[in-house]
Amino acid sequence: MVYFALLLLFIVSYSFYYFGKNRALKIKFTGNAKLASLPDYYGYFLVLVVFIPSLIIWFVLLLYKPTFQELYVLSPALFPDIAQWSDAKLGLIMNKISNLAVIVNIPETDLLAGQKSLVNMSSDNEIIAARNLASFDSIYGWSVVIVFILLPIILGLTVSRFINQKLNVQPIVENIIINVIRFSSIVAILVTFGIFFSLIFEAFKFFQYVNFVDFFFNTSWNPNRAWVISSGETVDPEILKDAFGWIPLLTGTLLVGSVAMFVALPLGLASAIYLAEYASNRVRDVAKPIIEILAGIPTVVYGFFAALTLAPMLKNFGDSVGIDISAESALAAGLAMGVMIIPFVSSLSDDVIRSVPNSLRDGSYALGATKSETIKKVIIPAALPGIMGSFLLAVSRAIGETMIVVMAASLRANLTFNPLEPATTITTQIVTALIGDVEFENPKTLVAFALGLSLFIMTLILNIVAITIVRKYREKYD
Amino acid sequence: MVEKNMNYALKTNNVYVHYGNKMAINNVAIDFPKNEVTSLIGPSGCGKSTFLRCLNRMNDVIDSCKVEGSFIMNDSIDIYSNDMPIESLREKIGMVFQKPNPFPKSIYENVAYGPKIHGIASSQSELDELVKESLHRAGLYEEVKDRLMDVATGLSGGQQQRLCIARAIAIKPEIILMDEPCSALDPIATAKIEELINELKENYTIIIVTHSMSQASRVSSKTAFFHLGNLIEQGDTTKIFTKPDKEQTNDYITGRFG
Amino acid sequence: MTSIKKRLQAERRFKFYGQLGVFLSLLFVTLLMLKIFTTGSGAFFRTTIEADVFFDPAYMSVDQNSTKKEISRASFEALADSVVSSNFKNLDDANFIKVREMFTRRFDYQLRDHFLNNKDDFNRTITLDITASSDLDQIVKGNYPRNVPESQRKINDYQLSVLDELTDQDRIGSTFNFWFFTNGDSRDPETAGIWGAIMGSFYALMVCLAFAFPIGLFASVYLEEYTKPGRITDLIEVNINNLAAVPSIVFGLLGLGMLIGVFNMPFQVPLVGGLTLGFMTLPTIIIACRSSLRAVPPSIRHGALALGATKTQATFHHVVPLALPGTLTGTIIGMAQALGETAPLLMVGMVAFVMEIPGGPLDPATGLPSQIYLWSESAERGFIEKTSAGIMLLLLFLIVMNLTAVLIRRKVEVKW
Repeated sequence: MVYFALLLLFIVSYSFYYFGKNRALKIKFTGNAKLASLPDYYGYFLVLVVFIPSLIIWFVLLLYKPTFQELYVLSPALFPDIAQWSDAKLGLIMNKISNLAVIVNIPETDLLAGQKSLVNMSSDNEIIAARNLASFDSIYGWSVVIVFILLPIILGLTVSRFINQKLNVQPIVENIIINVIRFSSIVAILVTFGIFFSLIFEAFKFFQYVNFVDFFFNTSWNPNRAWVISSGETVDPEILKDAFGWIPLLTGTLLVGSVAMFVALPLGLASAIYLAEYASNRVRDVAKPIIEILAGIPTVVYGFFAALTLAPMLKNFGDSVGIDISAESALAAGLAMGVMIIPFVSSLSDDVIRSVPNSLRDGSYALGATKSETIKKVIIPAALPGIMGSFLLAVSRAIGETMIVVMAASLRANLTFNPLEPATTITTQIVTALIGDVEFENPKTLVAFALGLSLFIMTLILNIVAITIVRKYREKYD
Repeated sequence: MVEKNMNYALKTNNVYVHYGNKMAINNVAIDFPKNEVTSLIGPSGCGKSTFLRCLNRMNDVIDSCKVEGSFIMNDSIDIYSNDMPIESLREKIGMVFQKPNPFPKSIYENVAYGPKIHGIASSQSELDELVKESLHRAGLYEEVKDRLMDVATGLSGGQQQRLCIARAIAIKPEIILMDEPCSALDPIATAKIEELINELKENYTIIIVTHSMSQASRVSSKTAFFHLGNLIEQGDTTKIFTKPDKEQTNDYITGRFG
Repeated sequence: MTSIKKRLQAERRFKFYGQLGVFLSLLFVTLLMLKIFTTGSGAFFRTTIEADVFFDPAYMSVDQNSTKKEISRASFEALADSVVSSNFKNLDDANFIKVREMFTRRFDYQLRDHFLNNKDDFNRTITLDITASSDLDQIVKGNYPRNVPESQRKINDYQLSVLDELTDQDRIGSTFNFWFFTNGDSRDPETAGIWGAIMGSFYALMVCLAFAFPIGLFASVYLEEYTKPGRITDLIEVNINNLAAVPSIVFGLLGLGMLIGVFNMPFQVPLVGGLTLGFMTLPTIIIACRSSLRAVPPSIRHGALALGATKTQATFHHVVPLALPGTLTGTIIGMAQALGETAPLLMVGMVAFVMEIPGGPLDPATGLPSQIYLWSESAERGFIEKTSAGIMLLLLFLIVMNLTAVLIRRKVEVKW
């Protein structure tokens, strides 16, 4: 219902464009007057006057509907001690009332067994509140719609009376438009700031529980120890220190990432060289997009594949030759991740290799070198910065990858450099920390943000270095 | 040399134009007679296009460009004053560019766009008439009357340029500026446009920049010769091309440079 | 001489390595697709057991004159039990339970749904194909091994014997499992469907589009048309390029921290998931849009300005429409990437068991990739084929979206 109102708003605003413009034109032609602004602008002006305030109100009504609902339904008249309720209790009771509201208007004889017991378990006040809620929804819906027909029309008609030849709306409209699009660019920047801010803010709360240095240099990761703590309880920092150590996560991340690069770098580079230097255009036109497909496959698919096929396969293989390969080995996750990263290495390297000027190639061939010698000794060294850049970007991707490791790697931390052993990564632990109850005051939850911060900084540095290297390389040859 | 009984559409004086620190136009003063064709000639880079763009304030689009001087239209309107909105100015002074630049829309839409934004036509049928008349005046109507809804970019170069002229005419300007309008066209198309200019001058004042002296002598009644940002000489076309006052002018028209 | 031979040999080896690289990469793509397809195709069929169903008034609380409302509220469990005992005579209590387990747990719903549309079958006997339980379904499809000791099997020996008997009587069938497409999630694999997740992702993507497209478009227009190149715009450009390379899980944390933590938006709803995805897609759209805007020749702008249009009019009447196809291509590609992202959904809670189909962006929901993740984590084997089928559907959507983007791009390239 509420979205229908938005559609109405669009239609009404659009019609006011024509209304305003035609009114201005009428003034111009009948009064033989010269308009202060271009005729279109009177139309734009009315649209803005009608649309913007209504849109803002629409947003507020939509976003705060649950709050309004709560205010209306959970009134102190029905629930006198409501001021002392915890957030959890508020949520629970509201939930109960919502379920009640669905059935509250059904005659008692038609109730199902489960519904009957719900009614029996509820107090009279709760049932009254449920009736209120049920009626609230329909009132709300209709009033929004009416507001959205009446409000814009009244606004539009009133303001349009002010249209006369002297009214110079052009600067106003231009001003609004420029500010709207300027604001949009700011939003883009705000996203970055938002990331920084929320990560740092929550991580800072975490560092109140666990010392910064302790966190980043501790080698024991055992968040189970911290689960017994609920919000507000004071905790022995010694326990927390041993619960949250970053090092094993870092080694796990690097371990899986290395396995991935071990796969992706040779395969990606080899493909890039072949497609750039040897393959015919036809082969290139077919093979390159297919390899790109590897990058487009969602990571959850790779994770599924790694967990379901790769890991058991590796384990069975290990068993048959007498080596113990864990069912949650870093190897399985790393291999799947490596395949996913191949296009990152191959695409960029391919572009970089192709942009090496032909004059270098010609010089080498003229001296009688074979193609492979030219590639190995002339082209690759020339393209090296770009290739390194692609390598770094691929590493950055590997570090930030979540689903493959969540599904295929371990949830237990293990400080090791052996890919056959289970290991966990930073991203896995972020996910684990947030599944279940999310309490913004509990270190168990907050650690996710500290981890996220470390991840963000690592990938940011890698990306900046990679882009700088690639740019410096391009400057050399452009 | 100012003839006292002539009507001037536009008078310019003390014009200086700088791009950053570089001077592009150095103290130029030209008067443009009404309903006549004035041509600006000179070697490449002499500033004639820059000067032309001052007249409809297209130089405002370029940040580093600074324009000084007086530009008075019809003896009363100061083009650069704050009271003159740019959009209204460009309604009075239209421009045709060197390379034809029709919008990738239909022929009709191209011509109708100007009148629409200025609110010139009070009804759809009036708009249709205006489009038809502008295309007529630009000598294009017969060729496109059956395909007004076809996309404009499908026309030949010469037709596109005539479309741009029709587009400029549609908003009923007083002055039309043309910046080397034929340099991207073949000789036949060029001839057509020159013929068109001859007809147009009945209703409009035309100021044309051209690097072809033969063209200048064919179409214009007054000529101004620029060199390195300076106005060397201005006067009757016949005089400039047969007995110029300045030696530089003579060198240019006899082909000794440029 | 030998040196040349050696060098040429090295050349051939090198070229071979290159071909090997390409070949292996292509091989991986193929293997992945094959694996998904073979595992997933089973999900589109479900095993049925043919049974005689007598709509016995003795076990029914409604009749042919009951209203639809009454029927949907009535319980058909007793009827289901009666069908089992009438089709399998002389079962003792223990075996009764075992046979009952061979049918889907929601046997009663199936009977009810049939009766809703065929009230006249009251007091009549008809033959129905009842959906089998997931364990039975998997055995029939061959995904469970039969020849292992009973303790390692989900189907015990007695049930196997019944199964064989039914197979001999030709009463084991297979029907197209359209439930997969119409149902929401379920605890029972045989009735689990993906429609809930599809709608969840749909609403999330709509929110993502509604947020990222206008803001991306306007931001690009501002940066390209209204600002002069300088330090600030450079900074913004670097900013946006960096954002494009931030891992998706960090965006998830942003959604959690900002939207849920600071703005108190609800958990688990496509609105929040969609906004988070929108943050992620914004840089992609801006990059695509800016490059399209740059491709529009300045002569168009000049032509419009010379006619007396304002800068805004010139930009929005002429430049933006010409940049639109390129922007749309980038947007569709960005949305395709957003569709496949799981991590942000996990962070905002769109990953719990949700049975109802969401009706709007504010209803709790899962998304397509997170549903796939949930199913893959399930212990029940029946969910494996559902996971693969879900992946097939996800890939199908992605292919369609990417093809659309490519088609649009191709149509545009003709212009200039």
